[in-house]
Amino acid sequence: MGAVVGTLTMQTRQRRPSRDKVDDDLELSMVCHRPEGLEQLESQTNFSKKELQVLYRGFKNECPSGVVNEDTFKQIYSQFFPHGDASTYAHYLFNAFDSSHNGSIKFEDFVTALSILLRGTTTEKLQWTFNLYDINRDGYINKEEMTDIVKAIYDMMGRFTYPALKTDTPKQHVDAFFQKMDKNRDGVVTLDEFILSCQEDENIMRSLQLFENVI
Amino acid sequence: MAAGVAAWLPFARAAAIGWMPVANLPMPVAPTNKNKHQDELIILNVSGRRFQTWRNTLDRYPDTLLGSSEKEFFFNEETREYFFDRDPDVFRSILNFYRTGKLHYPRYECISAYDEELAFFGIIPEIISDCCYEEYKDRKRENTERLMDDLEDNKDSKLPNMTFRETMWRAFENPHTSTMALVFYYVTGFFIAISVITNVVETVPCGSTPNQRDIPCGERYTEAFFCMDTACVMIFTVEYLMRLFAAPSRYRFMRSVMSIIDVVAILPYYIGLVMTNNEDVSGAFVTLRVFRVFRIFKFSRHSQGLRILGYTLKSCASELGFLLFSLTMAIIIFATVMFYAEKGSSSSKFTSIPASFWYTIVTMTTLGYGDMVPKTIAGKIFGSICSLSGVLVIALPVPVIVSNFSRIYHQNQRADKRRAQKVQKARLARMRISKSGSSTAFLHSKRNGLNQSLELTLPYYKMKLSPQGSLEEDQQMKKTTSLLESQHHHLLHCLEKTTNHEFVDERLYEQGYLQTALQNFPSRSPSLSSEEGITGTCCSRRTKKNMQPLSATHTHSHTHNLQELSALHIQCGEQQPLNTSRSSLNLMSDESGSLNCKSSGLVTTAIISIPTPPSNNSRASPDAPPPPNPDAPPLPNPGTDVVKISAL
Repeated sequence: MGAVVGTLTMQTRQRRPSRDKVDDDLELSMVCHRPEGLEQLESQTNFSKKELQVLYRGFKNECPSGVVNEDTFKQIYSQFFPHGDASTYAHYLFNAFDSSHNGSIKFEDFVTALSILLRGTTTEKLQWTFNLYDINRDGYINKEEMTDIVKAIYDMMGRFTYPALKTDTPKQHVDAFFQKMDKNRDGVVTLDEFILSCQEDENIMRSLQLFENVI
Repeated sequence: MAAGVAAWLPFARAAAIGWMPVANLPMPVAPTNKNKHQDELIILNVSGRRFQTWRNTLDRYPDTLLGSSEKEFFFNEETREYFFDRDPDVFRSILNFYRTGKLHYPRYECISAYDEELAFFGIIPEIISDCCYEEYKDRKRENTERLMDDLEDNKDSKLPNMTFRETMWRAFENPHTSTMALVFYYVTGFFIAISVITNVVETVPCGSTPNQRDIPCGERYTEAFFCMDTACVMIFTVEYLMRLFAAPSRYRFMRSVMSIIDVVAILPYYIGLVMTNNEDVSGAFVTLRVFRVFRIFKFSRHSQGLRILGYTLKSCASELGFLLFSLTMAIIIFATVMFYAEKGSSSSKFTSIPASFWYTIVTMTTLGYGDMVPKTIAGKIFGSICSLSGVLVIALPVPVIVSNFSRIYHQNQRADKRRAQKVQKARLARMRISKSGSSTAFLHSKRNGLNQSLELTLPYYKMKLSPQGSLEEDQQMKKTTSLLESQHHHLLHCLEKTTNHEFVDERLYEQGYLQTALQNFPSRSPSLSSEEGITGTCCSRRTKKNMQPLSATHTHSHTHNLQELSALHIQCGEQQPLNTSRSSLNLMSDESGSLNCKSSGLVTTAIISIPTPPSNNSRASPDAPPPPNPDAPPLPNPGTDVVKISAL
C-alpha cells in the first residue's frame, strides 16, 4: 500500500516543470571576441607572425571565447604556483594586463603586454612594472600599495618555506625597497625615481634581460 | 600542469618581471632553449594514416612517448615522419589527449586493446576524463572477471607439487578434476537422495496388520530405517571430516554455509543416540528430526542452479526486505480495518486483529482459502481493496529479483560455456599444434645448421638423439626453409649461444624435470665449466652435457598449458619449449639475452613468442630491462615451478 502511495506521489513530482538557470549562463558565454588581423598585431607589437601564431594558439586553447576574465586568469596563474596562493598577485597582474579596464583581457591586451615584457626596452619594462605596483593608478607608489604587492608575492610561496616566514618579513622587504627607491624621502615613489633607482641597480638591470628568449 | 596551461608558461615567466625590482638578490640563470625548434608541424604516420600536429602540442606531456625524445626512435629519415605501427583508431583518442588535455575512452573499442595502446604511448589510464571514466572502469572490471575465470579454468591443470591435502580440497571443490572426485561426488549425491527419501517414506503409512490401524513405515520397519539412517550419517560424517581436513582454512570452512548445513544435517542423529528414551525430551527429540530435512540442502553442492538461487536471494536482500516490510505494513493496516469492519457482524471469525492477519495474508497473496470471509458490506469492500493492493505490492519487487537472478545466471552460463571441456581442449590443441610446428621447424633447421657448423659435436648429439621422432626429423632435414624462417632461426640460435642454454621440447623437459627435480641445480654454467677444469669451450660443453642428462630444466615448460592462453595476449611471451634431442648445454632456464621482441620475423602464427627474459624470471613487471649479461644469468629458484608471466 505504501508503495502504491509512493508511486502516485512520484508521478506528481515529475509534472512540475523544471526551470534551469543554465540558460542565463549560456547567454553570457556566447560572447566571442576575435582579435584584429595578424598584420595589424604584428605592426603593433614586437613579435613576428609565427610567434603571434604560437601565442594565439595557446591563448585560444585555454580561452575559446577569445577573452580571459579574471577568474580564469587567476586559475591559470595559480596552476604555476601550486604551493601557495597566487590569486592576489594574479589580481594585480590582471589589472596590469587589462589596459582598457573592462574586466576582461582580450588577445590584443595580452600580446601588447607580452611584447613590452619580452621585447620592450628597459624603460618600457620598468614603466610596465611601475604600473603594476601602482594599484590605484595615481602615479605614485605608496607604502601600502607596495606592502600589498609584496604580501601577494610572499603569498605565492605558501606556508612551507625555509627559513620560515615571519609576519614582518613583507614589511621589512618594503622598507628596504623604499630605502632604495625613494630618493627624496617623501614616502612615495614616482615613476622617475623608480626608473632612476632601477637603472642604478645592476642586479635589476640584469634580471630584466632574463626572459628575453622566452618565446 | 594541464595542456593548455603549458602554453601560458611564457606568459607566466614574462610576468615574473614584476618581481625583479622588489628582489634583492640576483636571479638564477634562465635555462636556454637548446633545441630552438620553431614550432613546426610534425607528421605522425600511424599504420598509414597520417596525423599532423604541432610539435608543441606533443611537448605538453613530456613524460609520455610522444612528448619525450622516445619518439625519435620511430623517426623515419626518408619520409621525415614518425612512423608507429599501431592501431590508428585508438591513436585518434591518444592524440586528442594531447590536443585537449582530456583522454576519452571510445566505447566501441576493446578494453584490452585500448589498454595496450595506452601502455605503449606511456599514458596512464587513470587520467581518463570523468565523462568516460566510469565506462572504462566497468569494462575493465568485466575483463578482469573474465580473466579470473579463465585463470581458474587453467588452474585445473595439475601442478605437480600440490600436497595431498590440496589435491583433496580441489577434488572436493571441483569434481571434474579427477575420476575419484567424480565418484565421490556421485556417491555423496546418491546418499543424500537416499537419506531424503528415507525420511519421507518413513512417514508413509505402510500396509497395516489386520487388527491395527495404519502405521507409518518408520514404525513398522524400525531397524531397517535405523540402519539406513545410520549408513547415511556415517557417510556424511566421513565426508564432513574429510572436507574439514582438506580445507585450506579450517576456521573459514567451519563458518561457511555449506558446512553448517552439513553439521545440522547429521547432528540430530547423534543427539538422538545420546539421548535416552526419556519422555520429557522425546518431544524435543521429535523436533530435532525435522532438521534432518536440511540434508536436502546438501544438494546445493551438486546443483549449480540451487547455488545461483541462493546467491540471488542473498544479493537481493534489500529488495526482499522491502517486500517484507511493505507486506507487513499492508497486513497490519488491512487487518485492523477488517477487524473493525467485521466487528459488528455476528459469529464473525475476525475475533481479534491478529486473527485478521491470517485473512489479510491469504487475501493479499490471492490464495483465498475461504476459511475466513467478511460478511458485512464494509468488510467486503475493504476485502476487495485488500486483494487488489496485495497484487501490486507483491508484484513490485519481483522484477528486481528476477533481473538479478537472470544476470547471475547468465554470468554462470558464460563461465560454463567457456569451461566446456571440448571447446577448451580443441582450442588448446590447435594452439599447441601451431606452436610446436614452428618450434620443431626451428629445431630441425638447428640440427641442420649445426650439422654443418659444429662438426665436432656431431657424435655427441647424435648419441643423445631422442628415440622418438628421429626418423621423420631426419626426413625433414632436407626441407628448405624460407628466408624469414632462417632469419628467425638464426635469431633463436643467437639466443641460445648468448645464454648458453638451449631450447628443448616438452616431453624431454618433463622427463628431465622429473629426473632433476630432486637435484639442486648447479646454477652457473660458466662456473661449471671452470669447475670441471676443462680446456676449450667446445669440449667444456661436451662434458657439461655428460653431467646433466636430458633436457630441460626449463622451469616454464610445465606451465606450458597454463600459459598457452596468456601467450596469446602477450607479444613477447614465454620462451618456447622447443624440441631438441641434444642434451645440451646446461639448461638452466631461460636466461635470455637481449632479444628485441619485435624481431621475430614471425612465420606461422602470432603465437610464436620470443622470450622475454625479465618477465620470465622475476615476478615483477615486464618492463624491467633484460639483463644483458649472458655470462652469469640470474636464475630463478629451480624449486619454484611457476614462472609468472604477466599477461599484459
